[in-house]
Amino acid sequence: MKSTREKVPVIDTDIHNNLPSPESLHPYLSERWRKHQAMIGGRGHAGSNYPRGMPHAARHDAWPPSGLSPGADLAFMQEQLLDAWDFEYGVLNPLMGGSGLNLEYVAAIARAINDWQVEEWTTPEPRLKASIVVPYEDGELAAEEIHRRGEDPNFVQALLIARTDEPLGRRKYWKMYEAATQYDLPIGIHFGGTGAGPITGAGAPSYYIEDHGGMPQAFQTQVISLVCEGVFERFPTLKFVLIEGGFAWFPPLMWRLDQSWKKLKEEVPDLKKLPSEYMKEHFWLSSQPVEEPPKREYFDLLLEQLNARERLMFATDYPHWDFDAPDRAFPTSLAPDVKRRIMADNARELYKL
Amino acid sequence: METWDTKPSFVRSDLPLIDCDIHNRVPSLGTLYPYLPDFWVEYCSTSGFGGPEMGDYPGGAPTSALPDTKPEDGPPGSDLELLREQTLDFWEADYGILNCAYWVQTVHNEYLAAALATAANDWQVEHWLDQEPRLRASLVVSSQNPLTAAQEIERMGDHPGFVQVLLPVRSLMPYGKRHYDPIFEAAARHNLVVGIHYGGAAGIPPSPSGWFSTYLEEYAGAGQIFQAQVISLVTEGTFDRFPDLRVALIEGGFTWLASVMWRIDKEWRGLRHITPWIKRLPSEYMREHLRFTLQPMDAPPDPKQFLRMIGQLDSDDMLMFSTDYPHWQFDSPEEALPMGLPESLMKKILAENAREFYQL
Amino acid sequence: MAKHVVATVDEIPPGERKIVELEGRSLGVFNIDGEFYAVRNICPHQGAPLCEGRLTGLLESDVPGEYKYTRKGEILRCVWHGWEFDIKTGQSWWNPAQKRVRKYPVEVEDGATVASGLQKGPYTAETYPVSVDQQYVVIDMPE
Ligand code: FES
Repeated sequence: MKSTREKVPVIDTDIHNNLPSPESLHPYLSERWRKHQAMIGGRGHAGSNYPRGMPHAARHDAWPPSGLSPGADLAFMQEQLLDAWDFEYGVLNPLMGGSGLNLEYVAAIARAINDWQVEEWTTPEPRLKASIVVPYEDGELAAEEIHRRGEDPNFVQALLIARTDEPLGRRKYWKMYEAATQYDLPIGIHFGGTGAGPITGAGAPSYYIEDHGGMPQAFQTQVISLVCEGVFERFPTLKFVLIEGGFAWFPPLMWRLDQSWKKLKEEVPDLKKLPSEYMKEHFWLSSQPVEEPPKREYFDLLLEQLNARERLMFATDYPHWDFDAPDRAFPTSLAPDVKRRIMADNARELYKL
Repeated sequence: METWDTKPSFVRSDLPLIDCDIHNRVPSLGTLYPYLPDFWVEYCSTSGFGGPEMGDYPGGAPTSALPDTKPEDGPPGSDLELLREQTLDFWEADYGILNCAYWVQTVHNEYLAAALATAANDWQVEHWLDQEPRLRASLVVSSQNPLTAAQEIERMGDHPGFVQVLLPVRSLMPYGKRHYDPIFEAAARHNLVVGIHYGGAAGIPPSPSGWFSTYLEEYAGAGQIFQAQVISLVTEGTFDRFPDLRVALIEGGFTWLASVMWRIDKEWRGLRHITPWIKRLPSEYMREHLRFTLQPMDAPPDPKQFLRMIGQLDSDDMLMFSTDYPHWQFDSPEEALPMGLPESLMKKILAENAREFYQL
Repeated sequence: MAKHVVATVDEIPPGERKIVELEGRSLGVFNIDGEFYAVRNICPHQGAPLCEGRLTGLLESDVPGEYKYTRKGEILRCVWHGWEFDIKTGQSWWNPAQKRVRKYPVEVEDGATVASGLQKGPYTAETYPVSVDQQYVVIDMPE
């Protein structure tokens, strides 16, 4: 462990800022949507009620003394996270506003959240960079929001949630990808969501451990879909960041897709190379929650298979309970250059910080 | 296919071999008429019903059938003679386990589904088990209604030819839910393995994020449905309720397994209180109760890495040889087994693990 | 061993805790039904301030769906990832043999004993003007 303790710059690629209250968006919403918010509010695919282990899925010590909810108090976040660990930058991924049944409303909320982020987060705290919340279930509306914020240096990526209504390779999402490539903005896919059906391909399980621990299934779905639908042939510079999905499943998925593709490639003639080559080229992964194999050598092999030196980016997931601490996240000692890249360099390059 | 004239180096007289995934196929609905009550025969022949949904292996997809496996009159896997020659004889197998993926679960009419399951099992006894002593078979059950499935297990569970109850990996609810307990209870009581096999059509999307466009995605994506089933069986307490239960995961790959072990172990350390019946690391339950068939192997390009990856399961007992006949998973027989296996592990994978698990 | 007075008995009522600094180490001192226990305030997993965690009981289950809940208030759940520790032994639930938090001996002594100079260490004198009418929570720090 010792050698990993030496101090290196840290960029946290997954921090969650939260609204103090729904009314916090009032200054950023039109009269129409303020009314809608008060009368109806957001409605989504109901039926994914998995009682969690803790309120707000938050670290027990992340409740600010101000009485606000975890992630809603910038000063406390600065103290408990940015200053305490001396971060160079942190990327904000607000987990709200991107999805819902009424897409016009979702688009209005997404706009409002982005305006709120600039006003109340990235302007007062320049170490923070934000993700553009987009109404991702409609490619065109999502593209509009990307166009609105694509050149704004407060933002470093567009943000989607892993459990979508349809796999992300499908055509309905392409306008969003077109817009993202125009600004060379990576697209982050973050843990969560309810999707339009049960949360697994085998139906609705019972427990939060299955909901939370099963999330890599949604990430695998998205990678498979994006690669096989030929999205990267159409948008050769498009980049994705898989956030909070873990990463130990990524190499086995490369092998599985390659194996299946070798036999079935005639079905997808748009693909010009092995699926794993697209995966290596177009995907980055955030580290948290770091898988914890029983032996260090397993973890070292995983890092090698993943090309972690180039593609893994450190994240805490603050203020959530499955937070990874910068000095103790990895169950191995990283070589100094690998450590620098994972802890900050990869993110600095990808997000052009 | 020329290479198939040559037997692989591991087919040796001193190396027993058990093929844990051979598909015998019901050629057509009419095949089952002799085994169905009159009422259902009339219903099937006059209702326009064409049999269970069988979209798992599109007819023309190369994965669906090895060249030369189609008999003259019927789909691949429907002719005993040809199957015997191309599987048991070719691989010199001691045993071959038939997995009749006749998904009556896709028939929403529960009683028709149950009748079809019964008919399919009687057909298996007469046309397969009674004809070839090296074959063992899996029970077709209408698992969408666990009570009727349990009745069928009750009816046939003591037949020495059946070693397994077969469930499609795609289900309306994950199998760890207590809804399915009657199936596991009956299987455990009759000392049968429960096999969860690629495929099925439960009416819900095959992923947490909707329906895929292509077959390639669906086939490759099936791995994550297996993951959901594994997580469900362990965390929802199926193995705590049925401590002797054995579950085989068939044609779902296994290279993803280590990642699931590490992830769910980590989750459990912090979320134990939500499922307090889990008293040991979830990965220990997996090592104890689960076995995986070898194909599709999803191997990394470097054979050395593959061996290290197998090592990461921390168990030599979990993999069981399979060819997945008549599906096309490897190009030459030599590729049916990972290269460079130590002799002792090779023996286990080729036969010992299956012999113990299926008690052959 | 260096003994340190860390609190008066009244300061930590049953079910409560106090986090103290001793010889540069942060410790949590817990009162469970009148008995005092002290453990290190660093989680052996990733180093969280463990002792700020929620107190819970021992939840067991012999059969899925049946919940047996005992020893309420004797289990500490880590503030971050929720590992459970038995405050009385320092052992983690999931791996009691290897994953444990350091535990320190605690005694309750009355003011007269404390005042007679039995306790050493700078912390003691400064923080706790000792009164003979009071009882004190005292931790033995191994050298
Ligand atoms: S730091 Fe305490 S459980 Fe992880």
